[in-house]
Parts: sequence; C-alpha cells; structure tokens
Amino acid sequence: MSQTQTNQAAISKEEAAWMFQKMLEIRHFEDRVHEIFGTGVLPGFVHLYAGEEAIAVGLCSHLDDNDYITSTHRGHGHCIAKGCDLDGMMAEIYGKATGLCKGKGGSMHIADVEKGMLGANGIVGGGFPLAVGAGLTHKLKKTGGVAVCFFGDGANNHGTFHEGINMAAIWNLPVIFVAENNGFAEATPFHYASSCKSIADRAIGYDIPGETVDGKDVVAVREAAQRAVERARNGEGPTLIECVTYRNYGHFEGDAQTYKGEEKVKHLNDLDAIKKFYTYLTEQGIMTEEELDKMDEDVRRDVDRAVEFAEKSPHPLPEQLLEDVYVSYKTDGGAVS
Amino acid sequence: MTRQITFSQAVNEAMAISMREDQDVILLGEDVAGGAAVDHLQDEEAWGGVMGVTKGLVQEFGRDRIIDTPIAEAGYVGAAVTAAATGMRPIAELMFNDFIGSCLDEVMNQGAKLRYMFGGKAKVPLTIRTMHGAGFRAAAQHSQSLYSFFTHIPGIKVVIPSTPYDAKGLLLESIFDDDLVVFFEDKTLYTMKGEVPEGSYRIPFGKADIKRSGEDVTIVAIGKMVHTAMKAADELAKNGVEAEIVDPRTLSPLDEDTILTSVEKTGRLVVVDEANPRCSAATDIAALAADKGFDYLDAPVKMVTAPHTPVPFAPSLEDIYLPTPDKIVKAVQEMTGSELVL
Repeated sequence: MSQTQTNQAAISKEEAAWMFQKMLEIRHFEDRVHEIFGTGVLPGFVHLYAGEEAIAVGLCSHLDDNDYITSTHRGHGHCIAKGCDLDGMMAEIYGKATGLCKGKGGSMHIADVEKGMLGANGIVGGGFPLAVGAGLTHKLKKTGGVAVCFFGDGANNHGTFHEGINMAAIWNLPVIFVAENNGFAEATPFHYASSCKSIADRAIGYDIPGETVDGKDVVAVREAAQRAVERARNGEGPTLIECVTYRNYGHFEGDAQTYKGEEKVKHLNDLDAIKKFYTYLTEQGIMTEEELDKMDEDVRRDVDRAVEFAEKSPHPLPEQLLEDVYVSYKTDGGAVS
Repeated sequence: MTRQITFSQAVNEAMAISMREDQDVILLGEDVAGGAAVDHLQDEEAWGGVMGVTKGLVQEFGRDRIIDTPIAEAGYVGAAVTAAATGMRPIAELMFNDFIGSCLDEVMNQGAKLRYMFGGKAKVPLTIRTMHGAGFRAAAQHSQSLYSFFTHIPGIKVVIPSTPYDAKGLLLESIFDDDLVVFFEDKTLYTMKGEVPEGSYRIPFGKADIKRSGEDVTIVAIGKMVHTAMKAADELAKNGVEAEIVDPRTLSPLDEDTILTSVEKTGRLVVVDEANPRCSAATDIAALAADKGFDYLDAPVKMVTAPHTPVPFAPSLEDIYLPTPDKIVKAVQEMTGSELVL
C-alpha cells in the first residue's frame, strides 16, 4: 500500500493531464469510428480499442519518440497514445491521401515511424519478432531506447510469442511485452485457448519478470510499466506485463458479441477505465472536475475536426497504386517502370 | 594470372567488405559464427555456418555483429525486418530456402509490405541470404529452389547468381540496396571457382547477362542451370546450332528487354529452370515471350524444368529430376525440327 501511495503521489498534474487527454482521445475517437462505421461509409475491417485505454496510455506515459512500439489489429489506441496525429489517423481509416500512410495502410496498418509507432498489424502474433528487432537496434546502437510489444490474449498462444520473448531474453534486449488480455480471442475465451492461469505466468519459462495488473487502472499499469521500462533502459532485459481488460465493442465492427455475458454491463459502467481515473484524479486533488470536463469537451471537438478533415480530404491518385512498393523504382505488373 | 576464388569465398568476401564499409551491417542466422558462449572455443575455430560460408567473419567483426540465433526463423527473420526499418542494414541467413515455411509471414506479410502499408514512410534494407538447389542428395526438405515463390510477392527483390563473380557483385548490391532482397545461393555451386576481382564492385539489379552469344536459339537459364545450358550449347554447336544463353541474374526485377531482344534475334526460346514447373519463373518468362515477343517466335516456347514432384533422395532419381544438357539439346531439336538437324 505504501508503495502505491508513493507512486500515486508521483503523478504530476502535467502527467495526469496528458494521460487523461490521451484516454479521452482514444475513447471519443473509437466511439466516433463506431458510429461512422455504422453508416457504411468506412471501407474494410475496423477493430476498436475502446475500453482498453489505460493500457496503451499507462505504457506510453514512459515513452518518447525514440522508443518504438509494435501494435495489433486493434491498434488505434496505441497510435494515439504514441502521439500519432488524429487527423492523419482518421483520414487513413477513410482511405484518403492525407492519411498517415497515404491511405494505403488503413485501420489495420496505421503507422508513424517518426513517432516510433511501427504499425498496427493485421497478423495476430506478428509483433513479437518485430519488437525484438527494434530492441536489437536500440541495443546495438546504444540509444537507451526501448521497444514495447502490445499483443492480445489470442497472440499469447502463437508460436512467435515463444520465439520473440525467448530471443529478447537471451539477448537481454530492452523490450517490454504487454499482454492486453480482454478475455476473448475473437469469440474464443482465454481460459479455453490458453493452458495457463495467467499470461504473466508464462514469463517463468523465459526466466524474466512477469506480472499481472488491472488493465482498467491506468495508475496500476503506469506503475508496472515504470518498473519494466527502467529495467529495460538499465540493460536488465525484457519484462512481461499482463493487463487484464475488456473491450467495449466486438472483435470487429459488426460483431454481434453473442459470446459476452452479464459482465459487459459492469465493464461499461462501474469498471470503466476513464471513470476510474476521473474519480482518482478528483479525489486525490490532482485535477478538478471542471478541468477534466473541459478536456472532455475539447477532445470531442478535436475528434469532430478529425472526421471533418478526413471527409474533406482527397482520395489517393491512381498513380499512387504503383508507388512505395520499392525504394528504387515503381512497378507496373512485373516490369520496372 | 587473374585471381580465382570459389563461389563461397566470393559470398564471404562481399559480406566482409560491406561490414567494413558500413557499421550498420550485421549478420544474423543459425551458427553463422557457431558455438556462441562456448567458453573453450576460440573464434577462429568457429564453424562459420553449416557450409562454412561465413567462416572468419566473427574473428574480424565480433559476436555483436555476427550474431548466432536460436533455431527460430520467425523470430530472427522478423527481428531483422524491424532492425532494418529502424536503422540497421542486416543480413539474415535462412540456412535453407526450404525453411521459409517457418518464417513466411515475417517475409511476406511484414518485410515485403511494410513500406507500401506505411505509405512509403519506411524502408527495409534487409538481405536474406538463403541456400537452394537440388543435386546434393539432401532430399525433399533441403533441396528446393523456391525463388518463384518470392518473385510473386511485390516488395521483394530476388537475386540468383550463377558465378562467383556475379555472386560477389550482386551480394554487395543487395546489402546496400534499400529494399528487401532475397539472395539465393546454390549449394552445389559453393566450391565452383571463378575469376573475382579484389575490392568492392556492384552489379545492378535488372541487368541480365549474356553468358554465351548465338544466333539460333535463346536459352534463358536460372542459377546453376546456366552451366547446364552451357554444356548443352557446346553439344549444339557441334551440330551447327548456336545458342545464346541469357542469365537473368535477378528475377525481380526481371530484365525483360535483354530476353526479348535475344528472342527477336534467334526466333526461339527455351527456358531452363531446376524449380518445379507450375506457376514458376520458367512459366513467367515463357509468358513474357508469348505476351510481348509473340511476333519474334518461329516455334513454340519450350521449358526444361524439374517435374512436378518433391526432390527425391535416391541419387538415381535425383539425377533424372534435374534438367540435364541432354534434355536441353532434345528440347532445341524439337523446336528446330528438320531445319537444323543435329
């Protein structure tokens, strides 16, 4: 308890404001995408992060642009927490030329390498080796940076989980593996698909620290992240953090969520991460209700502006189809042009 | 006398030169040094790869740059993709190209697509070196030639040298190229000697090499099939048929102009490829002739390839699995007919 109090006190008003702001941005961004997707104007697949805000924000509160993250198909929250531009993100989801990836990646591949965001990823389990590679660069170039690998409970049963964590451990790389255990891999419950009591328990197999935290509690996530990031920056190797959470929406937009039970109501209300942080900040006297409510209004406006920007943006030009395949030339069929 | 070294030494030399030129070049793979963390082992006694191709590199560059990996292809090939995207210039050695099954996602869905998916805001200067080829009695899981597999995927460049000279110049080009390159090394060519200049030189991609000039038939041959085709050409020449042998050297990009110019000159095309024949480099080149060189052709295009089977173990079967000079001669005879009887 004493440690918790010490750490809680360690959140400055500035840090708290940043965290609350990012959580709000994720929530309102995702709620708007949900709403817009329902109207049928968005192309493709969309997987929403709403409900899991505390994890991305808790982790990224310790990172700067030199630190890398790898993400998942449910990547909007990681992008926002890592500092990606809301206008560019929304435009990307609309498939517009002004998107962060010129409309060529879409929701599942939003990236901003300048911000250290190595891309949402359409392949479950794809991020483990990628985070190891970013960690290897940090180690070889002695940058002092870290790489954070966000992954879902579904990916924890993928072979790359083993290959990636083992490799980060033997090479003592500055990588933090962050499980976002929202209870379901698509529609399959965690306890059915995973032969372990917790994902954190699997750290034992790699001789690295593993801990489970309440993924709805941004303060708890931030504390766990601080320990892991410090270890990584000090050259002490990787950590596995499991954040227990819940996603407010389905696996993808359009999912009827028949596999969810009564717990859903509780998660959307009493256990909500943003409500919890709001209460904490006001009770601790770190921020006032007025300040927080003002932020909420401002963020809603920011998201409205992002939607307007995306809707008004042009589509990519036809010639962009052939660009960015290779650095050195465009392609046209199999031939070089 | 000009310097003669083996294909294997040429590959080794290219890596050493690149590592001297650029601190960001590193090599990752299974036993590329060998014996990591074995206390009694001196680096000069380290394996340098199962075939000794990387031998000596760890002595010069140390274990921070010549990195032994676990047998975890998805792990280290995937790591090489982002090491490349975040500032390194890695070479990843996939011991046998057959092992691509263990890391195809990392190559096909991550490395090859990263730049495009990111709207051109990243690059992946990664070279994957890999061993291929039948004729080594290595059986079905260590003998394939899977270059067409990679050629099919946009975002990958595919290089297949046939001589020590080409191997060195193309590997240096690969390592310093800013895209993902898969570089094929035929295991049966490692001991082949050839003239190779000292120092650094690069052979550009998409430039086929005419290994033999001729007027009567174009033979496009891939990798070690160049040498098989050369033997066939010698036989054909005895009967007055002069074959032109075109070595594409890179399948992606493919030098269409050189192939079509040669077909325009000879009017006949045989494609020789030791890979399996369906949806292959051979069919791709045959389709190129049909699509863009139809008016040049005096006879149907012929392909001399392996059959549509796995590579057999039994030496007696493997020998008939591979294209031979006889098979190439026969293919040319069929297309030249009575006009140029052999």
